Amino acid sequence: MKNWIVCAVFSLLLHGVTLASGGDVELKHVEINHDNKASLQRGAQLFNNYCLSCHSVKYMRYKRVMDDLEIPEEIMKKNLMFTSDKLEDLMIVAMPNDDAKRWFGKVPPDLSLSVRQRGEAWVYTYLVSFYQEEGSPTGVNNLVLKNASMPHVLAPLQGLQKAVFEEKPDADGQVRHVFKRFELINKGEMTTEEYERAAKDLVNYMGYLAEPIRTERQSVGIWVMLFLAVLGIFTYLLKLEYWKDVH
Amino acid sequence: MGGLLKNLMDWVDERFPATKVWKGSASEYYAPKNFNFWYYFGSLALLVLVNQIVTGIWLTMNYKPSAEMAFASVEYIMRDVPWGWLIRYMHSTGASLFLLVVYLHMFRGLLYGSYKKPRELVWIFGMLIYLVLMGEAFMGYLLPWGQMSFWGAQVITSLFGAVPVVGDLAVELIRGDYNISDVTLNRFFALHVIALPLALAGLVVAHLVALHEVGSNNPDGVEIHDHTDAQGTPLDGVTFHPYYTVKDIFGVVIFLMLACAIIFFAPEMGGYFLEHANFQPADPLQTPPHIAPVWYFTPFYAILRAVPHKLLGVIAMGASVMLFAFLPWLDRGPVRSIRYRGPLYKGALTLFVISFLGLGYLGTVPSSDIYTLIAQILSVIYFGFFLLMPIYTRIDKNKPVPDRLT
Repeated sequence: MKNWIVCAVFSLLLHGVTLASGGDVELKHVEINHDNKASLQRGAQLFNNYCLSCHSVKYMRYKRVMDDLEIPEEIMKKNLMFTSDKLEDLMIVAMPNDDAKRWFGKVPPDLSLSVRQRGEAWVYTYLVSFYQEEGSPTGVNNLVLKNASMPHVLAPLQGLQKAVFEEKPDADGQVRHVFKRFELINKGEMTTEEYERAAKDLVNYMGYLAEPIRTERQSVGIWVMLFLAVLGIFTYLLKLEYWKDVH
Repeated sequence: MGGLLKNLMDWVDERFPATKVWKGSASEYYAPKNFNFWYYFGSLALLVLVNQIVTGIWLTMNYKPSAEMAFASVEYIMRDVPWGWLIRYMHSTGASLFLLVVYLHMFRGLLYGSYKKPRELVWIFGMLIYLVLMGEAFMGYLLPWGQMSFWGAQVITSLFGAVPVVGDLAVELIRGDYNISDVTLNRFFALHVIALPLALAGLVVAHLVALHEVGSNNPDGVEIHDHTDAQGTPLDGVTFHPYYTVKDIFGVVIFLMLACAIIFFAPEMGGYFLEHANFQPADPLQTPPHIAPVWYFTPFYAILRAVPHKLLGVIAMGASVMLFAFLPWLDRGPVRSIRYRGPLYKGALTLFVISFLGLGYLGTVPSSDIYTLIAQILSVIYFGFFLLMPIYTRIDKNKPVPDRLT
């Protein structure tokens, strides 16, 4: 909640502006169970505490999250919302846009639809591929989003890793730096496995934010399909009955 | 009770031809008894049209046609309006399925020569429906005001700028501004919800009236009205109601299973029905790296890109759509159905389908040298199908056509 102050401090050093593009890194595909409520709740806790300070989710209401993810009202109010917000409010950031622009070089994008726009693999790979880079304004860089202006807010959890590149000639004979692997240089609060699970939880929750009806739509859909299957049998028999005297 | 209903019906019939119309167009309207799979798509197109109109009315109740609020109002429909998500997905899926059904319906015409004499006007009204439908789909796609909405409209409207002398003026008139803007959104909204649906409804009526005047073609391509009993009833015909109403209802259920599978389990259809980039609000200052139209326009878009000259490309694209309208006169063959056509037409149609699907794929991917070359070859095949048709249909070795339905 208080993290936007942290963001602000980080960002005093910042002025990089990024243009989003996938880069040439292979995205990591993740298997995510959208019905796993515990994962969604963990994602909500991480997201609302680490991301929501700077990024808005301006099409979503706190109450919807609380109801859909079955989060008790006290916990929601105490841990997952800004104290000044009401349950019915949209999840909008208190940070003024002008300040955001001054601190980060750009307003942190709204995250309501990121997963639908970029896909789960992109967001997941983004979250796990921050690496140390001396001289960059944030002290880190990102494999997927080159020169991202976002500081590695999750570094206290993940720790800090460095990226090992190897030099490979490409088709034109030019030497290119190709990413090989990460090496952890500072341990965080979480182990690598724990952090990867946390990143998955975040992606799961962000996917939920992008389309809150996702789970319900599928469960309604099963009944609709069953109904149509039965109706299909009867309409077919009706057709046969009428057509049996036509040659 | 029955007597009361009959009296009521008599009362109406003396003042309005209700029973007469019902008999003339359903219960005593004869259709060939051998309709196959390809004959479901006419009634399905009508079903989707109704779906689009009804869901469209409900979407309009919550949608805001302004650059400031359009994107947010769609997300409002998706999240805060009860069942709004379902209505929106029914509309967005319906749009793609409408074009799919219409393409299959048109392909049926190519298979069985349904455009040939005396059904030229049925075909022409159908072509006009298709053109209006393309406009309807194009304008509707701007309304969510996402990145692809904006940049797609920007690219397509700019094509009119290729017209000599009046091009720039035309672009400005269409957009109502120097760029796609709030003004454009408003006028596209007006056209999408009022003007074009009205035109569509009128044309559908004309299409059906013309069809019922000449009667349906069929997979054998022989006229059922040439062989009638003493009362003038076609020997190979069945009344539309109840035979084809019950058959079409079964078709509707199967179609709804496909539609609902998409609506409930894959509403984005992997980015083909709802493009990923369109989940980002329109940003006039940031051109997306890859602008592609929705799948149903991609064959024509690929033809546009295959021609290295802008004006000629636009002409080629326009021609690739319009050539369908000339089929009744391009086709010189005496035989309607593919069943009795010779190898030349069969080969030409096969090549045409390959080129249409190939161009459709190429229109979705970023262009490269090799893709452009393939698109050029496929474009030549595409145009060859139409322009060489007067020759190959005339010299084709057709099979003898049976007298009656097989």
